[in-house]
Amino acid sequence: MSMTIITKVGRRQTHSIFGDIVLFLFLALLGAFMLLPFIYAISQSLKPIEELFVFPPKFFVRNPTIDNFLNLFQRTNNMWVPFERYIVNSLLITVIGTVGGVLFAAMAAFPLAKFVFPGSRKYEFVIILSLLFVFEVTYVPQYITLSFLRLIDTPWALILPAMANTLGLYLMKQFMSQLPDSLLEAASVDGASTAKQFWSIVMPNVKPAWITATILIFQALWNRDTSTYIFTEQLKNLPAVFRQISSTNTIATVGIGAAAAVLLMIPPVVVFLFSQSRMLETMAYSGMKG
Amino acid sequence: MKKTLFKEIRRNSDKYFLMLPFSILFVVFTVIPVISSILLSFTDFNMLQPVSFSGWSNYLRIFLDDDIFPIAVKNTLVFAVITGPLSYFLCLSLAWMINEFNKNIRTILTFIFYVPSISGTLFTIWAYIFSGDSNGLFNSILMRLGINYEPVLWLSDPRYMLTVIIIVQLWASLGTSFLAFIAGLQGVDRALYEAGTIDGIRTRFQELRFITLPSMGPQLMFAAVMQIGAAFGVSGICVALAGNPSTDYAAATIVTHLSDMGTARYEMGYASAIATILFITMVLINFGIKHLLKRYTNI
Repeated sequence: MSMTIITKVGRRQTHSIFGDIVLFLFLALLGAFMLLPFIYAISQSLKPIEELFVFPPKFFVRNPTIDNFLNLFQRTNNMWVPFERYIVNSLLITVIGTVGGVLFAAMAAFPLAKFVFPGSRKYEFVIILSLLFVFEVTYVPQYITLSFLRLIDTPWALILPAMANTLGLYLMKQFMSQLPDSLLEAASVDGASTAKQFWSIVMPNVKPAWITATILIFQALWNRDTSTYIFTEQLKNLPAVFRQISSTNTIATVGIGAAAAVLLMIPPVVVFLFSQSRMLETMAYSGMKG
Repeated sequence: MKKTLFKEIRRNSDKYFLMLPFSILFVVFTVIPVISSILLSFTDFNMLQPVSFSGWSNYLRIFLDDDIFPIAVKNTLVFAVITGPLSYFLCLSLAWMINEFNKNIRTILTFIFYVPSISGTLFTIWAYIFSGDSNGLFNSILMRLGINYEPVLWLSDPRYMLTVIIIVQLWASLGTSFLAFIAGLQGVDRALYEAGTIDGIRTRFQELRFITLPSMGPQLMFAAVMQIGAAFGVSGICVALAGNPSTDYAAATIVTHLSDMGTARYEMGYASAIATILFITMVLINFGIKHLLKRYTNI
């Protein structure tokens, strides 16, 4: 057991084997608690209807079936808007918002990371201040602005605000400031413009940072329930329609709701799995001074 | 002087140009909403009738004539004081524990602890686990073990609501800050630990206190800023589990109250006044925390 836990370099003197085992058991237990809702959701989504209402309720599924998933698709197909429409809407909102968000944030991050010019310090201060304002806090005033701009009931009500992602900007700026100046100096001697430097030198070198920003914006947009912004059925996205389905008929929809939650969860989780190391690389520079 | 500033701006025009798209969107969707909400908080704007100036009356009404606001403030403070620091502590201590293991175990554990924060709508499954009838998973376990003889209304009894919400909140709170800590811990210079052993550091707790924490100041600061925002913005999980409005408004937070007034009743002027109070509180607390952290770490 202990052999699997010790580091390759060898055991540090401060680390007793006993301590490692205790820590591992503790983390394993807590980890099981963290995963509990996932396992329960998957188990619920695979339960046939009679198992969902058996008393007392069982945690694990006995006779797994994919009926709930089939029902989910059937129900969505019976609606007057074809199901593919919601998938396309979800993808459109997420992809446009993410690509634009990462690009704009990177473009703004580069000058802030590498140059000092009038207003740059103040700009940074405002960005850091706005990291405090999670989306929920600016929600009402933002809604008013969106309705003044006549963007309510269009996908742009979600896409445009997501394109000014301050956390993405901040993380990319931190990462870019670690790039050696010599890299840019060589290019500027060769006469490359700031925009050219950004595109052909900075962007390829800060791949982990923009991958991280991509994931953060992707997750936020993919999971957004659009129903407060979009009323037209043809424009709604997956979270909105899944919520609609699972709230209409409470008896039969427990399993369907679980199936919907499981399906929705897959893309962000898969995306994170493939980029964990890149994200950690970026986060190493997330630190904030005074 | 003015001329040189203008020249400087001209000279750097390419930089401003790169920053333009982000800046426009940032100003339109963050700066203007914040400023306009401060202005609107002095009006009786309701999206239907023309706006008219109403002075401090919204603020007077919040403090003197709103039965829900004190509950919302109390709950938000409970979350900010309990969930905020607790989740900060959890992020840090779990990251530290995970970092004690080798790369493979570390990768798996990081994934397990981070994944709830990106699972989107999955937190609604907690509503089934804590469901109030005897069919709820938790209730049925308690009843089978003979601890309880009848189901407890975890999500609609004001006595339990907040505790359940705090648990779910903590479950979902190991997000960006947690990753920042894991990355920060890996960035601490290995040589410092070797030097520490020579200097007489014997346990991993001494290591944490004297080497790890002091070198993580910037990460601690970043995470503090992120967690303050999250703690004060609490609403999604409350609404999903206890509904909005919840029984007797027992799970109301400033943000749920704000969206209740703003998006359900269209009292935008009033909602703006609540938002303004929240902004000011968050900024003040942010400065306070920065001041504290500066004193205890070497930033």
